[in-house]
Amino acid sequence: MRDVPSHRRAVIAGIGHTEFSQSSGRSPLQLAAEASLAAIRDACLSPAEIDGNVTFAMDNNDELALIRSLGIPELRFSARTRGGGGGACATIQLAAAAVESGHADAVLVYRAFNERSGHRFGQPQVAPNPDPAWNQHKPYGLDTPAKIYALAFQRYMHEHGLTNADFGRYTVVARDWASTNPNAQFYERPITLEDHQASRWIVEPILRKLDCCLETDGGVGLVVTRADRAADLACEPVDILSATASQIEHGHEMFAYYDQDLGEHQEAAAMGRRLYAESDLTPADIDVAMIYENFTPVVFLQLEALGFCGRGEARDFIADGHIGRGGSLPVNTNGGLLGEGYIHGMNNIVEGVRQLRGTSPNQISGAQHVLVSAGRSGLVLGRRP
Amino acid sequence: MIQVRPPVPNQDDAFHWEGARHGKLLLQRCAECGTVRHPPAPMCGACGSLETDALECSGRGTVHSWILSHHPTEPDAAPRVVILVDLEEGHRFVSNLVDTPLDEVRNGMAVEVRFVEYPTTDGERIVLPQFVPAGGGEVRR
Repeated sequence: MRDVPSHRRAVIAGIGHTEFSQSSGRSPLQLAAEASLAAIRDACLSPAEIDGNVTFAMDNNDELALIRSLGIPELRFSARTRGGGGGACATIQLAAAAVESGHADAVLVYRAFNERSGHRFGQPQVAPNPDPAWNQHKPYGLDTPAKIYALAFQRYMHEHGLTNADFGRYTVVARDWASTNPNAQFYERPITLEDHQASRWIVEPILRKLDCCLETDGGVGLVVTRADRAADLACEPVDILSATASQIEHGHEMFAYYDQDLGEHQEAAAMGRRLYAESDLTPADIDVAMIYENFTPVVFLQLEALGFCGRGEARDFIADGHIGRGGSLPVNTNGGLLGEGYIHGMNNIVEGVRQLRGTSPNQISGAQHVLVSAGRSGLVLGRRP
Repeated sequence: MIQVRPPVPNQDDAFHWEGARHGKLLLQRCAECGTVRHPPAPMCGACGSLETDALECSGRGTVHSWILSHHPTEPDAAPRVVILVDLEEGHRFVSNLVDTPLDEVRNGMAVEVRFVEYPTTDGERIVLPQFVPAGGGEVRR
């Protein structure tokens, strides 16, 4: 357990988001402002009471532009997390560190973009990239996230004898959850495995279109404060039982091919061990798991790395119905990033909070503990006693 | 014809591309402790040295993993097989497998390097290390 007195522990006090769409029709800054104000109001705070913020290093919404729109007088703590969606849960870790240490009292976390109608992450990297890691890969054709990750996924498939249809069984479950979530872009649009197998190849023979997350316009906001502060508010906080991240020496956000066991998600395994140790929980204690999936295979790798099943067993774990309705471990009950929308993983944290408040559109009865994994950062959230 | 999106060589990896131009597959090696690091980096993570030399690899290895690379909206003129190679010296290297029918590509297949010049998207030319099945001939152009 972390050595922090219970009244000083961080909680998520507010959640907010815009609609998720293919064309928002407004600026990313407006999306950030809308989602942020919704989260602040949900926490029963006023903008004047926010004194810290966290977002992604990649986010294009400047803090000063945002606080001017929101009417936040001063930030005394302002931070950004490295990397892409793997850092989704690290935003909450930073916010928790700030409030538990007294560097801030109430931290606004936000992420907003027009990732479908504006810059699409899935398109080829055409311009020269200043990150030298691209030099050893782009000349050979590795110019999109799908291709880059697929070169590692193929090894996992080879080691355990998987085919693309095995990945499709995850998509079928996610689209089933999405079909009953009114905020999901695939609301009321479930699919069959045959639909998945009929979608075109993105990277043969690993990923089809329906293995890929849904490029999305939208914004998410969350408010983190301390338990004693939240106790004075009329909000519905959830406990942050653990928040951690993992960046390993020979890892890379995308080109993690070297000195690596490609059959294991090493960052998820490392941060998962800390999540359980800090929360005094085991995989069996987790009622709902929210698992980042830019592409379907990372759900398989994370289920294994986080101890929900053994290495190479995710295929059977999913095929046997564990992650769907009535399963032992409901996963991505909002429909996930390929069913609800891709707000860089932040919407999965929102769904984790909803499950613990009892307000999910796909509510799991009596959910007490939710694990949120973004692969290289993660959270265990708990219902307030 | 494939047009290669070229690297932007810097002080740390220019030697590698210069080597390819001369038909050598060079990996960066610490001149003090001998640790090989790829992709290149400015400092040895094992001993902290800034001094480097290069390991010239035999160019023989096996396929660790592979994909067929083509893009839905910007299709390559000829889709390329991208491979992650386990070099026989014990290091991994990303490249392409050429002159090989797709249904013959296998994890673990033995491959060996060839050096092939391609036009680049910025109107220049570049020599890339490419791989063919072990015992194969020169790359057909």
